[in-house]
Order: sequence, then structure tokens, then C-alpha cells
Amino acid sequence: MSESFDKKSMIDEANLAYKKSEVMTENVLSYCPGCGHGTAHRLIAEVIEEGDLQDKTIGVCPVGCSVLMYNSLDIDMQQAAHGRAPAVATAVKRLMPEKFVFTYQGDGDLAAIGTAETLHACNRGENFLIVFINNAIYGMTGGQMAPTTLPGMRSSTSPHGRDTILMGNPLKMTELVAKLPGTYFVTRQSVHTPAAVRKTKKALRKAVEYQQQSKGTCFIEIVSNCPSGWKMTALQSNEWMEENMFPFYPLGDIKVPEE
Amino acid sequence: MAKIRGTIVVDIERCKGCEVCVVNCPTKTIALAKEVNSKGYHYAYEAVDDTCIGCANCAMVCPDGVITVYKKRL
Amino acid sequence: MKRELRLMKGNEAIAEAAIRAGCDGYFGYPITPQSEILEYLMEEKPHERTGMVVLQAESEVAAINMVYGGAGCGKKVMTSSSSPGISLKQEGLSYIAGAELPCLVVNIVRGGPGLGTIQPAQSDYFQAVKGGGHGDYKLLVLAPASVQEMADFVELGFELAFKYRNPVMILSDGIIGQMMEKVYLNPQKERSSENLEWATTGKPAGSERTIITSLELDSAKQEVFNQKLIDKYREMERSEVRVEEFQTEDADYLLVSYGSSARICQRAVDLARAEGLKVGLIRLITLFPFPKKRLEELAGSVKGMMAVEMSAGQMVEDVMLSVCGKVPVVHFGRMGGIIPTPEEVIENLKTKIIGG
Repeated sequence: MSESFDKKSMIDEANLAYKKSEVMTENVLSYCPGCGHGTAHRLIAEVIEEGDLQDKTIGVCPVGCSVLMYNSLDIDMQQAAHGRAPAVATAVKRLMPEKFVFTYQGDGDLAAIGTAETLHACNRGENFLIVFINNAIYGMTGGQMAPTTLPGMRSSTSPHGRDTILMGNPLKMTELVAKLPGTYFVTRQSVHTPAAVRKTKKALRKAVEYQQQSKGTCFIEIVSNCPSGWKMTALQSNEWMEENMFPFYPLGDIKVPEE
Repeated sequence: MAKIRGTIVVDIERCKGCEVCVVNCPTKTIALAKEVNSKGYHYAYEAVDDTCIGCANCAMVCPDGVITVYKKRL
Repeated sequence: MKRELRLMKGNEAIAEAAIRAGCDGYFGYPITPQSEILEYLMEEKPHERTGMVVLQAESEVAAINMVYGGAGCGKKVMTSSSSPGISLKQEGLSYIAGAELPCLVVNIVRGGPGLGTIQPAQSDYFQAVKGGGHGDYKLLVLAPASVQEMADFVELGFELAFKYRNPVMILSDGIIGQMMEKVYLNPQKERSSENLEWATTGKPAGSERTIITSLELDSAKQEVFNQKLIDKYREMERSEVRVEEFQTEDADYLLVSYGSSARICQRAVDLARAEGLKVGLIRLITLFPFPKKRLEELAGSVKGMMAVEMSAGQMVEDVMLSVCGKVPVVHFGRMGGIIPTPEEVIENLKTKIIGG
């Protein structure tokens, strides 16, 4: 059946089904094997490329694992102080209103040190997109407890599991910002399966569209994994995420515009 | 019905061998190589010769964007 | 150039001068005694006058990071606050200096430490001239002594900030911020529409992307960058030192002062001269760069110097470093919001230097 089929001959532009976005640079991503950050970066790059927005985009990256995001995306970017990306992006967007502006922040950055900046930017309805990567841990500093660490979950600063009486409760920022009048589109997604990737990309496309219409703040949480911080293989971490993270941080739209 | 055939090209040096593509391949075409790349990672490769359908699921979930997918209707 | 004459508070003069200087954005947070800057701007609707963005942020921390974002786009942006609020801005200032961004920061100083007092003081000198936040960096610091200079230093501050791609601070105090004087205001300047090559304005097709960051993980490269900053500060020391001198030519004793204290000292010089004492005054306009050379020269012709500042003695250390023990240097200051009188200045000069 395959005598007439030459696989090598298929490798041709005409048969291209999927290729990494041109908006990604050639730099090797600085993330651990299997980390969802890379997939999230690539989806943002794809949406920028598809929307022909490369020259109109200004991104703001955080402090944390994604501090070096600017090495991966071939767009203009600013690197903000820890937690301050929404303040930085506020000024960028207000001074450059014709640009597509987004922040990319982890859970420590967005939900701990930057809580005030995040809530107030969302409450003012600043016209930028916030992409929030929630992997329930501080990855960059070596796996400490994050504001989103699950009850009972182990980390280097909750080595016996998060005791909510001693250490407080995990913060559901996405539900919180959805309550604010300034947010327009709030959703929680993931990037660990093809179906999840497609949904996240769809959400990103929508967010870009709403930004262009100056509808207010768009907020996309991506529940993700941290194989190194969780001390698991990439595959184990994705399974653990489905079993433990999704029940607490259920996927789906939280605030959608009335059509 | 026309048969759809596909193939993948893996950027071996950038692959970190996380296996996310392997479990997300619907036709079980991809596996990790016994050999390692210069970083020491067992990289992903098209282990079964004629089962790829070019669905691009592997590329979509690859955190490092190392997979390019080609697809042809025969 | 026709300048408009107005009677204004120092804080209002800063705000009006900012609009007229073609400032693109102001980000602030209320704190006494500087809230009139934000209030004046909101009242004036600069978004209608020039398109200038004015935003009341959720905190001083957010405000300085808005300044970072705006400056990173190559825009003329500023913030203002008073001492406790300026402390909160130090992280942002360190990042701005580390990312080599231009901006203007106004400190209408009140007495500290802590919440302290809302009365005027000059106790933030060290914080202003020695860096303030973490890491090796400096602000270029201007010290106005009149409402006129409050207005003039806004435009000068922006000019220097862009010349050196470095944050500039106007270090004023509650006296000048709150007092009313006549002020000549420059005509309206147009806001710049220039896209600066180092700024993030969207990566144009076919050109390199722009990255605004203060991060460098390679130590060798970081050291090269630190040296670049040092070279910049040395260049400021060569080119930007500004002072004003009163009767220093024949002075036996020199008062060294800045801001509102310098105005008190100016009166003290007149009173001392009337008594037959040959006293002169050097008023520092730039606090960094510090007029080391000029003070060293003056140390050759005077018998002693007295630093006068509303603090426990901060600027006096830089005066001592400049004269290297050539002549005695003493300090006189009041604190906690107490403003010294010219008579007190002369009395202290007599007991601490002349009689001593």
C-alpha cells in the first residue's frame, strides 16, 4: 500500500500542516522539559502572527520563570519589576492606544506581590490582555509555596503540605477579577492537550479582538504544570494537574460578553 | 475516501524529550529515541513509518515548538 | 520668547510647567504636601489641552511602574510624591535606572523618618543623591529654591533625563511646594511624536525588536553595563554641575546650602555683611552631580564652611568629602519641620566656626 508513497517527498512547503510561528525567535526556550510556559508563548506568537500584529504589539513580561520571555518572542517587550506588569502595561496602553498590549504573569507575580496592580488595572478596565500562568508554585526560585498552591500541596516552604490554617488559603484571582466591572472577558484554560491548546488559542483570538475594540481588560488564566517544582516527570505533572488542579481551578469561561 | 498521510520533522537539538507529544499522538507514531542529542535528551522521533496522519496534535502540545508537520492526501 | 506671568504655588507651577513642556504622561498618588500637583493636573484637563495622560494610580509603587512603562515607550513621563511615597518608588527607580530610561520624579520633601511630619524638611538628601534603591546607580538631582525654578526645572529635568537616559529628580520641599510666588511660564511646547530607536513602539517589519529590561545574567556583561553607568555619571559631573554664588569673591566664611535653606542663607549673608562679617553663600542647584571642584577651590580662599540644611546633617558629608580637610566644615540644621531663621544661621556660624 505504501510502495508509491515517499515520505521524504512530502517534506515540502505545499504540504505544510504545522510550523512554529515566525513570531517565535530561534532561541531555545529557557523552560524545563514539558513546561506549559513554552506552549503558552507559542500560542501568543501564533495569534500575533495570524492577526498581523507583530509591529503593533508591546508585551510586558514579569519576574519569575517567564522573565526571559523577551528572548522567545520576536516583538517589542518590556520586562517589569515583580508584580508590576499591569501598572507598566497601563501606561504603555494609555500612551500608545493604537497598540496591542499584553502582560504575561505567573501566580507569584500576579496573585501575590502584584495583587494590587492586577486588581486595579482590571477594575479600571485597562485595555490590555493579561495572560496568567497558574502552576501553583514559585518555579524560578526553586519550588516555594505560591498564593495558588492547593491545600495540602507540598512545596519547599510547605514541606508538610499547605496547612490553610497556618498558611492561608489559595487565592482564586480569576474568579475575583471576573467580579470587577472593568473586565470584559475572563476565562480559565490549559495547554496540556491538543483540545486544550485549541481552546486556549480561541480564547486568545477573542481577547485580541476585544482589545482592538477597547472593550476593557481581558484575563486568561492558563492552569499549567511545573514538573521540576512538583518533582514529577512532565507526563506525571499533567496527570496530577488534571486530577488535582482542575477540580479546584475548573476550566472554562468565567465572564463572557453578552452577545 | 482518500487516504491522508503525514510526517513530522523534529528539531532534534531543541527537543527536551518531555514526551508530551508521545502521549498525545492518536496513532502512537512518536517515541523517544534511544540516542540522545547534544544536551543529553532522548529526543522525539517518528518511530512508526507509515501511521502518521499529519494531525499536528504533537506540534500543538510541544512546549518547545520543535515539531513541523506535513500532510498529504493520497 | 513671550513668557506668561502668573502667581502660583510651587506645586501648581510644576504641574503647569509639565503640561507646557509637552509632557506625555503623569502618574501620581496623593500625599501631603504635594497633592496639588495631581489636583492641578486633573483640574486643567491636559488630555484636552495637549493630549497628556494623567492618572491617579493605586499606589506610589504602581505610579512609578507606570512611569517605567511610559518611559520605555520613549515618552516624556513623570511622577511626584513626598518622602514616604518616594521611599515606595525606590524599587521602580532602580529598575528605571537599570533599564536606562528617562523620567522626571518630583519629591516635595517632608520630615521623617517614618510617617514623620507633613512639615518641610531636607532629610531625603542621602536617598536622592546616593542612589536610593538597590544597585549602583544615581539620579541626576535638581534642587529648586523658588517657584520659578520649580517651573524651569521641569523642562530642564526632561532635557537632562533624555540626554542621559537616566531618571532625574527635582528635590524640593514643603516650603517651595506650598508657597506662592510670581512665575514666568514658557509657552506651550508641542508633544513629541518621534519614535525613539531604543523605545518599545512595536517592532517594525525587518528591524530588530526592542527590549526594555534591567536583567543581565552574564556577570561579565553586567559589569560592562555597570561601567557604562559610571561613565555616564562621570560625564554628568563634567558637564552638568550647576551652582549659584553670592558674595563668594572675598568671603572668609562660606555657607553651603540648597533649596529653601539657601534662601534663608541668602538673607543671613546680608545680615552678616551688615555686621562686617565677610560671609558668602554657594547655593547648590545640582545635588548630583555635586560641585566638588568648586568647593575644593573655595576651600583655598575661605577660613571655614558651614553646611546649612533642614536635616541632621546629610549634605555636609559631601561638602567634607569635597574639601578633604583643607578647612573646617561644620553643620547647622533644624529638623522635624522647623525652619531655621537667618539669625540662627549667623549665630551658629559664629559659635561653630568664627569663634571656634
